[in-house]
Amino acid sequence: MHEVELVQLLISEIKKCGQPFAFMEVCGTHTMAISRYGLRQVLPDNIKLLSGPGCPVCVTANRDIDTAITFAKIPGLILTTFGDMIRVPGSKSSLAGERAEGRDIRVIYSVLEALEIAKQNPSREVVFYAVGFETTAPSTAFGIMEASKAGLKNFSVICMHKTLPNALRALLDTGDLGINGFLLPGHVSAIIGAKGYAFLAKAYGIGGAITGFEPIDILGSILKLIRQQTAGPVIENEYRRVVKDNGNQAALMGMQQVLTACNSDWRGLGTIPCSGLAIKADWQEYDALRRFEIELDEPVEHKGCSCGDILRGIKLPAACPMFGVACTPENPIGPCMVSSEGSCAAHYRYREQ
Amino acid sequence: MIGHGGGGRLSQQLISNLFLKYFGNPILNSLEDAAIVMLPQHKIAFTTDSYVVTPRFFPGGNIGKLAVCGTVNDLAMRGALPLYLSVGFIIEEGLPITELEDIVRSMAETASTAGVQIVTGDTKVVGKGAADGIYINTAGIGIVDETLNISVANAQPGDKVIISGTIGDHGMTILSLREGLSFKADLRSDCAPLNRLVKELHRFSYDIHVLRDPTRGGVASSLNEIAGSSNVGMIIDETSLPFKPQVKASCELLGLDPLHLANEGKFIAIVAESVADNVLEVLHSHEYGRDAVIIGKATDSTRRVALRTYIGSTRIIDIASGELLPRIC
Repeated sequence: MHEVELVQLLISEIKKCGQPFAFMEVCGTHTMAISRYGLRQVLPDNIKLLSGPGCPVCVTANRDIDTAITFAKIPGLILTTFGDMIRVPGSKSSLAGERAEGRDIRVIYSVLEALEIAKQNPSREVVFYAVGFETTAPSTAFGIMEASKAGLKNFSVICMHKTLPNALRALLDTGDLGINGFLLPGHVSAIIGAKGYAFLAKAYGIGGAITGFEPIDILGSILKLIRQQTAGPVIENEYRRVVKDNGNQAALMGMQQVLTACNSDWRGLGTIPCSGLAIKADWQEYDALRRFEIELDEPVEHKGCSCGDILRGIKLPAACPMFGVACTPENPIGPCMVSSEGSCAAHYRYREQ
Repeated sequence: MIGHGGGGRLSQQLISNLFLKYFGNPILNSLEDAAIVMLPQHKIAFTTDSYVVTPRFFPGGNIGKLAVCGTVNDLAMRGALPLYLSVGFIIEEGLPITELEDIVRSMAETASTAGVQIVTGDTKVVGKGAADGIYINTAGIGIVDETLNISVANAQPGDKVIISGTIGDHGMTILSLREGLSFKADLRSDCAPLNRLVKELHRFSYDIHVLRDPTRGGVASSLNEIAGSSNVGMIIDETSLPFKPQVKASCELLGLDPLHLANEGKFIAIVAESVADNVLEVLHSHEYGRDAVIIGKATDSTRRVALRTYIGSTRIIDIASGELLPRIC
């Protein structure tokens, strides 16, 4: 069957359900895909899609951004990070603002490029500001192992990685959010495996579907979640072509060798136990937070910014008084408007006709 | 290596050994303070642009070829036949002379392909660190074909929107070579002089309403500029958009919208519906227009550019904001 026909078939099946349900996606790539393909338009009004804490840039707390900015100000230091982090406003400035002031801040695509920069600049400290979920954490672990093998003495990592399952737990613990099911992330699940979400159905009675990134994948999962409302909540793997039950063992082992669970601050959700990854003591020479002593002022939150509520799915971007007025992609106030995967940016960029 | 000269002997050497060697023609050879050129008509098109691309060399071209194509194409987009270019170089001390020669040779070849003459120029060498290698400014003069009326404000509801080939090739090629974003893919800039191809369209006269080369800001910006200036809306069909598979794949990988990527050898043509198929036929017969397709049409005056996705929904095509940066997950 042709893809377009399959999409139409899925939509017509979804339309047979007349009851109101709300499903939450917890992956920035899903947020993007839903907006980019205009999926909300083709769904009936009774099916609501909410964006949860799935964009790694958006969930980074102000304090953690301030930390990176403080590192960038250390004379002679080269700070490397992924592109989306550059424009996120911290308490007082952003990395982009600091770069314009002359700090050496470089956008990289992979931790291996940070290692290369460290090799080429042996007299300078090179720090990698690592953010992201289980999708990027294994490469950070791998980078640290490589640095050790290469005997690099001037490379370290600000490890701000986060892990998803406990954040979902914390999200559900904040009270009744009226969520009837989760569209679970394809990329994160490819690493941690389908097993990691069993608690959602068991402890909270909310099912989920591990979902790919094409319209067919997303619509297919929505239909599965609708059917779960009568059949009962389970975790279904709709992305079997990539996600295995046990995940990617090599990546998990690499992570376990170098990184360990720690508490982590989430924008909108606060401090969540065991939802972050820190560098193990055995590898502490690569831990920038131990290698340098930095002093931070208390973070300042942006007045009127609704990113916290938006990340919990209790407010839609358009309901924020600043959306599209004071806060735009050119002049972002909150991180959800900065990241290409942020809920506000996706809603703004792909607003419907 | 280029040394820091005060305009004396070194400049003389550059002029005679390099610029005249490649760009030489009777007008330039006279080395007067200003070139005097003959223009057959009164209505001329005149444009200028500066080029600072890094890296200076990339698959499919270099900063010099780009500087000639960019100005030639800007003239062609107004229905002008480009005739004369000026070239200004700002060179950082220490640029290898062989690199400068490669750039100059490529400019001469491109000018020759396009059928334009470089008739005046200037060179300044600045100290190390005061520029990044080389910057090039070109200005160009062309004769406007008076049987045409091409303007960004001329799109009419009902017109067809045509793109002359695959989208985003130049932008993704440059992005893939940027420091800190190195990845390998079979990418090649589309950098090319389009004036000969555009001239083939002059036969359609007043039925060619708008021509625009979607350089910086990409197709998304150009379509929005046209819609805004012409006070029309547009509906673009996602399934018709032509992309090279490797450009599309790289965009997926980096989380970029290919409609935001620069093109240097493509143009958007907005033409009367009645001639759209004939325009396509002419484009297909030319090497730079082989992949031309109709991607949509102009509509009433909403001034919004909408994309109809392959699943039947619509969303707006917005202009890009900020740097094009990769996503992280």
